[in-house]
Amino acid sequence: MTSSTLGTPPSGWVNRHVLGFGRHSLAVAQMEIAKIGREPTELLTRAIQPALWLIVFGQVFTRTRAIPTGTMRYLDYLAPGVLAQSVLFSAIFYGLAVIWERDLGVVHKLLVSPASRSSLVFGKAISAGLRALAQAVIILALAAVLGVRLRTDVMSLMGVALVVVLGGALFSTFSFVIACLVKTRERFMGVGQVLTMPLFFASNAIYPLSMMPPWLRTISALNPLTYLVNALRALMIEGGEGTAGLGTDLLVLLAVFLVLVGIAANLYEGIVR
Amino acid sequence: MSEFELPVRPAVLTQALTRRFGELVAVDRLDLEIASGIIFGLLGPNGAGKSTTVKMLTTLLPPSSGRATVAGHDVVREPAAVRRQIGYVPQLISADGALSGYENLLLSAKLYDVPRKEQAARIDDALQFMGLTDAARAMVRTYSGGMVRRLEVAQALLHRPAVLFLDEPTIGLDPMARHAVWERLRESRTRYAMTVLITTHDMDEAEQLCDRLAIMNGGRLAATGTVAELKQRVGPSATLDDVFAHFAVGVITEGGSYRDVVNTRNTAERLG
Ligand SMILES: Nc1ncnc2c1ncn2[C@@H]1O[C@H](COP(=O)(O)OP(=O)(O)OP(=O)(O)O)[C@@H](O)[C@H]1O
Ligand SMILES: [Mg+2]
Repeated sequence: MTSSTLGTPPSGWVNRHVLGFGRHSLAVAQMEIAKIGREPTELLTRAIQPALWLIVFGQVFTRTRAIPTGTMRYLDYLAPGVLAQSVLFSAIFYGLAVIWERDLGVVHKLLVSPASRSSLVFGKAISAGLRALAQAVIILALAAVLGVRLRTDVMSLMGVALVVVLGGALFSTFSFVIACLVKTRERFMGVGQVLTMPLFFASNAIYPLSMMPPWLRTISALNPLTYLVNALRALMIEGGEGTAGLGTDLLVLLAVFLVLVGIAANLYEGIVR
Repeated sequence: MSEFELPVRPAVLTQALTRRFGELVAVDRLDLEIASGIIFGLLGPNGAGKSTTVKMLTTLLPPSSGRATVAGHDVVREPAAVRRQIGYVPQLISADGALSGYENLLLSAKLYDVPRKEQAARIDDALQFMGLTDAARAMVRTYSGGMVRRLEVAQALLHRPAVLFLDEPTIGLDPMARHAVWERLRESRTRYAMTVLITTHDMDEAEQLCDRLAIMNGGRLAATGTVAELKQRVGPSATLDDVFAHFAVGVITEGGSYRDVVNTRNTAERLG
């Protein structure tokens, strides 16, 4: 034999499983992040839609006061909702990249490697979260220009960044799961379009839960986007607060994310069959 | 006890390996034994079940029944152990076009736990060996078909696999590029003492590159042996084309679904 290390896994359980998970996730995330940096125009074009929401919708409804947001100005109320929306929209089509990789054969290469499926899914989720963060920076800058009362202390900003990454990771993994189920681009586009708007409107992104009929309120309470909006509202805006408490919001987001990673890791192999 | 007295374990062993897709039996009770250290060619018309066999051996697809071991590990019960021992270049394009050649190799090195301090040296060595040093920093989408294939082989070799699986590696390549890939394969086989399983439609490739061949037809093993043995079985002056026609008879019109043709053409187009 030529090499004694041939095909031997790294020694030690912790090194192999725990550190291995970290190393493999990081490797995948690093490559995905390199790709984001190469498409800066995409980040900008994707910022157009949220900009319109803030500038047009936000200005008009702030003036008419049609939406009761208590002591908060409507524009301040809306800004975290628009940020959450951009997180959702930038992540929800992540599955297209997964299908693209499947049609090529990149997935095959990833799946025959010794890296665990969950580390691959996790790495991709984190990179999608960071993509959402890059988007968020643009939107926050715009909100500041429009005079939204943003919190500017370091802790709040770090909190917002963390929640944006978590939200992007969550919705991209949701998208990943759908991609594994439908497998083709056409079907994915169909499902993606059908899901996005209901997710958005059945949340408190642009109007408070109190305005909703009871059935919609129930759906909103099951919608992860509501928790994302809540967390952002509490962290981002002077005097802003969510409806359930920041701790609950973060726990729900984290739990949903981890469950989705588990599901995606289990479905991932099926995509090449 | 000396290592030489142990019976040589076959690199690949399948017993009644079967895969169904609904009604269709894509691989039908396949018995295959591939000795360690050889280049083994798997031939067969479109839809014969070559890729399905390779996918089962690389743990991508669970068999419907039967069993298979690769490098001594069962593909169903020990998939993780199998994955550490194999390299795989799929029929489709597996290099990431949005990354550079270097980045593609780095990703492989990391996913295969190549020790950190060895990564750079191995990648440089692989790039040089494959003649890609100058193109290392360019995006793979700007590569020619031959360069992409050489990069993919380099990626698959980085962790020094015991068995390398190549699914139609030279499809869509011009003769020069094809010869370059063959050269690299021959040399790495000797360098790393590995076994190579290659599927192909190219009789030239089968004849010049492979030590042994198997011909599949409609999911079944139609014949196996060295090129010379197979020729002898068909007739005194038979060519490998004659051998292929003889053993793959009757399916040329029925084999190969729309989906196969689309896949093959896509690959050829992306490489071409
Ligand atoms: N995921 C799948 N679902 C349904 N049928 C499949 C699937 N994959 C392969 N098949 C069918 O199984 C048969 C064998 O396919 P396979 O891809 O193994 O053939 P092949 O020998 O590799 O052909 P080619 O030379 O065209 O690559 C074909 O009839 C194909 O249509
Ligand atoms: Mg094939």
